[in-house]
Amino acid sequence: MSGVLIVAEQRRGELRAQSLELITAAQAIRRAGDAVAIAVIGAAPDALAPALRLAGVDEILTIKVDAAEFDPETVEGALCAVIAEREPDVVLIPHSVDSFGYAAALAAKLRLGFATDVFNVQRIDGELVATRGGYGQKVNVDVDFPGKRTVLLALRGNVFKPPEQAASPRITAFPAPAIASRSRSRDFIELPAGDDVDMTGAEFILSIGRGIGEEANVGQFRELADAIGATLGCSRPIADAGWLPKSRQVGQSGKTASACKLYIAMGVSGAIQHLAGMKHVSTIVAVNSDANASIFGVAKYGIVGNIFEVANELRKLF
Amino acid sequence: MKIMVAVKQVAALDEDFELQGDDRGVDPDFLIHDLNEWDDFSLEEAVKIKEAWSTPVEIVAVTVGPGGADEILRKCLAKGADRAVRVWEDAIEGSDPVAIARVLAAAAKREAPDMLFAGVQSSDQSCASTGIATAAFLDWPHAAVLTQLELAPGAKSAVFRRELEGGLLHEVEIQCPAVLTIQLGINTPRYASLRSIKQAAVKPVEVLSLADLSLSAADVGESGSASRVRSMYRPQKGSAQLIAGDAAAQAARLAEIIREFKGGSP
Repeated sequence: MSGVLIVAEQRRGELRAQSLELITAAQAIRRAGDAVAIAVIGAAPDALAPALRLAGVDEILTIKVDAAEFDPETVEGALCAVIAEREPDVVLIPHSVDSFGYAAALAAKLRLGFATDVFNVQRIDGELVATRGGYGQKVNVDVDFPGKRTVLLALRGNVFKPPEQAASPRITAFPAPAIASRSRSRDFIELPAGDDVDMTGAEFILSIGRGIGEEANVGQFRELADAIGATLGCSRPIADAGWLPKSRQVGQSGKTASACKLYIAMGVSGAIQHLAGMKHVSTIVAVNSDANASIFGVAKYGIVGNIFEVANELRKLF
Repeated sequence: MKIMVAVKQVAALDEDFELQGDDRGVDPDFLIHDLNEWDDFSLEEAVKIKEAWSTPVEIVAVTVGPGGADEILRKCLAKGADRAVRVWEDAIEGSDPVAIARVLAAAAKREAPDMLFAGVQSSDQSCASTGIATAAFLDWPHAAVLTQLELAPGAKSAVFRRELEGGLLHEVEIQCPAVLTIQLGINTPRYASLRSIKQAAVKPVEVLSLADLSLSAADVGESGSASRVRSMYRPQKGSAQLIAGDAAAQAARLAEIIREFKGGSP
């Protein structure tokens, strides 16, 4: 067989939204006659199948495994079996914390073509080409996979729009091999709020990053945030250093700032995970002294300048 | 107990960089090298374990890279690694994370550590692949993105928390030996003292060839890799409207944007 195999991701019995974006990406690389199958792996995969009945999917593979929650060796075992039987040309998975845990192992074991954090896929003269970033997103890198029968691509989230139209793909129960995994899920822990703030509900966030230089400068921006009526947030390095509580961190691994509509980022260069977590915000204003900072790639407005001077001037106006 | 810490010398771009003539890489004159930020945390995690237990713990820092990478190994030695190993020959040039992992796994077979730490990803290419691919070549259990680890020397298993999206942690138990990739913020990496930097400067770095690890040129470089760089180019400029002027003018426009937003929201 050939075609595209998509691997949906689930956590605590719910599909992760990023999974559906892969269906759209698959259409860009499927060739005439190629089927698109989407696999869902879990202790009760049938329950998740209805949400995958979407345009662009020809078949849903439900793969029942013992592990209720993500376990790398279980996923690798199941996918080894599917890839061996279906021989897809391309396997699409989300670039996510879960895939960080298994994708490279699967690629190494099966000698697959492999690239991660891919944000564009295309066929050039029939050949699969994936685009990813390099050097902190300062360059784009096109990679190809000469001589590889199957290519595994982990796609960046929030790049492809999930399909909206429903369809009626056939559903197949795919038998998973028995895996004696060497790790065991114990528990999930919510990040404690630990602070008086609800980043999830904040509509206007002023965020600070490494550019503030030292802890003594936090106060100035806290005061500015209060004056302009914004919630003070921060990027990862500020929370890791303990300058602000972890509950103030926004970006992919911090609290999801899902209600945010205006985001002013001061001295935030824009690590990939930070950008991925904030991309949904309609108005991003980036203030940074480095004109090449990757945050300017997602911002609506950019201010290249000294963040302290801009902050001081802004404070005078409120 | 022995912990192997896989480290990488990463490159950041100078502000006004130029691409190589073949458009498949950056002109090396514009690269600024350092120890990968994530690896600083994974080394620190090993050193913390060494300091917390009376049982002897040996830390071996291993990198795959040319002579210039000795600089980061000396940094690791100064921060608490006991030994440093560097694997290199020209055939390794152009290796992707899977090929590098094959070399690291061979080095791990030679060292026979009880645990292998790697950074979640590198700051330059951000593939998040090398550590976990190494686990596959070793057939070891593995886990990624750890922000907490409980590991006692000699224990049959370790307990860790991995950091998921959206402020959620997942607690997992794993059998040893294992490959664990370490996330930023798991600890606070120390600065090396002047004294330890001086001591590290005269410590040996063991240099190994592919043959020392029973590997051949076909295992690395383009032939041993899972992908090949086809071309490298500057991304299109973002669509950000630049706000020009001095700080006062920029702040004035920013104040307008804020007031427009506030005017539009209840």
